[in-house]
Amino acid sequence: MSMAFNPERWKPAALLPHEEAHDGALVFVVAVLCFLACATAIFAMSADRAAQGWANQLQGSATVIIRTKGSESPDMAASRAAEALAGTPGVAQALVLERAKAEALLEPWLGKDGIIEDLPVPRLVTVELDPTNPASAKALDNALKAAGVDATVDDHSLWMQDIIHAGQIARIAAVSLFTLMALAAASVIAFATRAGLSARHDVVEIMHLTGATDSFIANLFQTRFAAMAALAGFLGGGAAAVVAAAIRLLGGGYGLIPVLPIRWLDLLVTLPSPLIAGLVAAIAARVTALGLIKAMP
Amino acid sequence: MIELADRDQTETIVRFDGVGLRYGRSPETLQDLSFELKAGSFHFLTGPSGAGKSSLLKLIYLAHRPSRGRIELFGQDIGRAKRKDLPFLRRRIGVVFQEMNLLEHMSVFDNVALPMRLAGQKPATYRSDIAELLQWVGLGAKMHAMPETLSGGERQRLAIARAVVARPEIILADEPTGNLDQEMGQRILKLFSELNRLGTTVLIASHDLDLVTSSGMPAFNIESGRLTSPLIEAIEDDPADDLGLVASGEPEFVYRRPLTLSDEDRLEDEGP
Repeated sequence: MSMAFNPERWKPAALLPHEEAHDGALVFVVAVLCFLACATAIFAMSADRAAQGWANQLQGSATVIIRTKGSESPDMAASRAAEALAGTPGVAQALVLERAKAEALLEPWLGKDGIIEDLPVPRLVTVELDPTNPASAKALDNALKAAGVDATVDDHSLWMQDIIHAGQIARIAAVSLFTLMALAAASVIAFATRAGLSARHDVVEIMHLTGATDSFIANLFQTRFAAMAALAGFLGGGAAAVVAAAIRLLGGGYGLIPVLPIRWLDLLVTLPSPLIAGLVAAIAARVTALGLIKAMP
Repeated sequence: MIELADRDQTETIVRFDGVGLRYGRSPETLQDLSFELKAGSFHFLTGPSGAGKSSLLKLIYLAHRPSRGRIELFGQDIGRAKRKDLPFLRRRIGVVFQEMNLLEHMSVFDNVALPMRLAGQKPATYRSDIAELLQWVGLGAKMHAMPETLSGGERQRLAIARAVVARPEIILADEPTGNLDQEMGQRILKLFSELNRLGTTVLIASHDLDLVTSSGMPAFNIESGRLTSPLIEAIEDDPADDLGLVASGEPEFVYRRPLTLSDEDRLEDEGP
């Protein structure tokens, strides 16, 4: 009864009624979107790192294929080529690949017993370039020509372009997916705001007619949905971090699969998830609410 | 809590000039309304159901915009008012809605606090005022109750308390006694009279002719969306009073001093 009510201890009630059933479903949907967005970001970072690693490996070396001329033996031609290349600026080391290793490279195509003794297996020279000032393919070619060696320099540029291209595609795909999920989350929030305003039109109308500004009413929806989305972002981002950590633990230092080398620091990308989700929700809810309120006189 | 208003009683609070209202493409609900309400006046608005009483009130409390004509509130042409200024005009108007429009998820106390919260006031500045007001309207024992647990009369008094708590300059009440018995209707009318005595302009829409005639207050009638001749004839002349409605081409309305509401007249809870 009234004896229990002390106006001095009164705390204002929430102006918008709680709708727990709807709120739970909304949190779940946005959490799933946040999980997918964070997972995309983590995997994109890993893929980018893998591509970068491969590109660095290829960028730091070159392969020279030796063709013999006249009576010179392949081994001698390869030795002369390695010697000429070793003295070229920008080359750290040039080594002749032994016949056995060259044959091993052909095994996938010819099989172990398919290489006959007389097969003219091309001799290869592997060149390790100076990482600070790598020699260009043209400089290597000029050095070989000056030494009178007939050879082809493969600086892996063809492969590297493919890898760089693949890395770019992975980045673009990740950014696109991330944007798509942010837009999906914003659409879900906008839909929920519209539904909330519609379901609580009576409350909104009373506040409107009692002197609430458009901004005040929009703030109520903005705050509510931002808080819900921030919670969803925390749950979704946390789940993505747990999954990524599990992959990292299961796969050791290189992750579950070598093409996705996840690092512990990658998990930090999930940290801004609540903030970003809350921000997207706040903007979506505010824009939607203001649009609907402005339809009132 | 409530202090006498120090207001110039020649001030025009509401002015309608050739106002019409149309919903969508339908025929005009209100036509050619021209009148003024002076500060501190008390009027009834009568007419049969569907005559346009609620629509007229809605125009005043800015729930609708007129299709044509000009409306001035507190001296401001609302047709030229910026949208951001309208909430501040609405805060000067207290409305008792026909359906009461209580916030069912909030307690009695929270419902009454709504206008203060929307005006950005801190709870410490109005908590005790609300408690006093709720005592005054007979809801002191039900401050924490939810509206759904209240009787019809209690809900009506709650709606009235919410409408008056922020000391609006004008109170508009749409059928405030519609669901009440005659005795409770009279008691609520007495409450409005007291508020009017304290300086608040009052306009009550009612189709209860017994209530209107027994009050002795001036009334104007609306039929088929048009203001017609006044319903109430002179009860007692008071030449010093020009608080009444001045409708162009209409006879001047009469005004009788409202009853005073003492502490003994406080509205009490309905019987067991």
